[in-house]
Amino acid sequence: MSEQERKVVIPGEIIVEGEYLPGENTEKKDNAIISTRYGLAEIIQGLVRVIPLSGVYSPRVGNIVIGTIKDITLKGWLVDINTPTIAFLNVSEFPRFVNKGSLESFLDIDDIAIFKVIGVNSKGIELTMKGRGLMKIEKGMVFEINYTRVPRVIGREGSMVSLIKQKTGCNITVGQNGLVWVSGEDIEKELKARKMIEYIAENSFISGLTDKVNELFGEKNE
Amino acid sequence: MIHTTRVTAERIKQYLKEGKRFDGRKPENYRKIEIEKGISAHAEGSARVKIGKTEVIVGIKMSVGEPYPDSPDKGNLITTAELIPLSSPRIELGPPKFNSIEIGRLVDRMLRESGFIDFKGLCIKEGEKVWTLFVDIYSINDDGNLLDAAAIGAIIALFDTKIPKYDEESDKILYEEPTDEKLPLSKEFPLSITIHKIGDYFIVDPTKEEEDISETRVTIGGYEEIVSSMQKGMEKSLNIEEMLKVLEISKKVNQKLRKEIEKYI
Repeated sequence: MSEQERKVVIPGEIIVEGEYLPGENTEKKDNAIISTRYGLAEIIQGLVRVIPLSGVYSPRVGNIVIGTIKDITLKGWLVDINTPTIAFLNVSEFPRFVNKGSLESFLDIDDIAIFKVIGVNSKGIELTMKGRGLMKIEKGMVFEINYTRVPRVIGREGSMVSLIKQKTGCNITVGQNGLVWVSGEDIEKELKARKMIEYIAENSFISGLTDKVNELFGEKNE
Repeated sequence: MIHTTRVTAERIKQYLKEGKRFDGRKPENYRKIEIEKGISAHAEGSARVKIGKTEVIVGIKMSVGEPYPDSPDKGNLITTAELIPLSSPRIELGPPKFNSIEIGRLVDRMLRESGFIDFKGLCIKEGEKVWTLFVDIYSINDDGNLLDAAAIGAIIALFDTKIPKYDEESDKILYEEPTDEKLPLSKEFPLSITIHKIGDYFIVDPTKEEEDISETRVTIGGYEEIVSSMQKGMEKSLNIEEMLKVLEISKKVNQKLRKEIEKYI
């Protein structure tokens, strides 16, 4: 397998043999690099990694995610962000002063909000709500796409998302965990944005997708 | 798969107010139905039903057994539903849970109470030997409304069934030699229509997103306006006017759905 070429691998498959370094989702055994996930394998300067095509989202520091409040404790909120373990938002990470006795008046159970991951360790996943664009979601709609397609939906430097924003006039936040929030003037526009995002997520393998989306949008505007 | 969030639920209700749904359907329309017959080589009859992204397979197996003491001249019917963990992230492996038991029971009751199957025609020797029908339902993909899909699957699979040859002397069923004989079924087959109430509005065939926020549901099994089985699910109540409306919707949808399914029989 040469550099820059990508191939689909399954767990246990030998990606490459020789002097290579194991990267994300790979393991080194004897002289071979073995994949631990189903995905696309790539080699960049001797580093082998696998970009997963399916499976469960694993959080990383700095990710913007959308999550649901599941429980309230004395020190903060427990948040479901589509991960195997539940995440935690400390009261001190809420952008306003919170009286410890009335956490539920700021974020109640089943409320949905945008968070940022600030820590992933053996104790769990820690979140913050301090930062631009991190807030409680009050209106609009939230839906789920396969999290592996998120980079495609966002596009290079956010080109795809800004295209949809521009065409529909909706406010869009794509969480790295695959949850998408769309909020616009009316439901028709939100649904249009949702349709396009779902289209991109389903057809993420097509090359020249931006042009295609543009084309589809053009037709629908007429 | 996330549970439908509160904001999304609000949007669904707002849109229903205009009589529209997210996928462009009207409240009383089903998604696209695809039906395949005879998908299994070893079952006596089988069917695959797709309603939108929801997918169900149903197989019919036949064996010879003793009749129940209260019905010595009638065949037996055993319906079971199994929800496979692969079909939805919400389904766990283990003993059958409430949902799968309910689907099995409801399909069973719809088939039995409508008089669709002539059980007397399944009798081989009165009081001694009768045919037993096993209707096995498996979910392949769950995107809402598994129940109606399972019911359609059961009907199609029963129509597809060919009775195997039975050797009375050796008491053996020759499964490899199916006869051309079909089951004694009525042409007026029943259908199961599940009507969900969201806010003040009634819908049929919900997607998972809509099913999550449904407040109450009524499943009606029967032929057009004839109601042969009925079950209400979930917490909220219905008043008399609403119940009459549910019956009216059920009749209308039943007639419409029947035309779509008839061509596969």
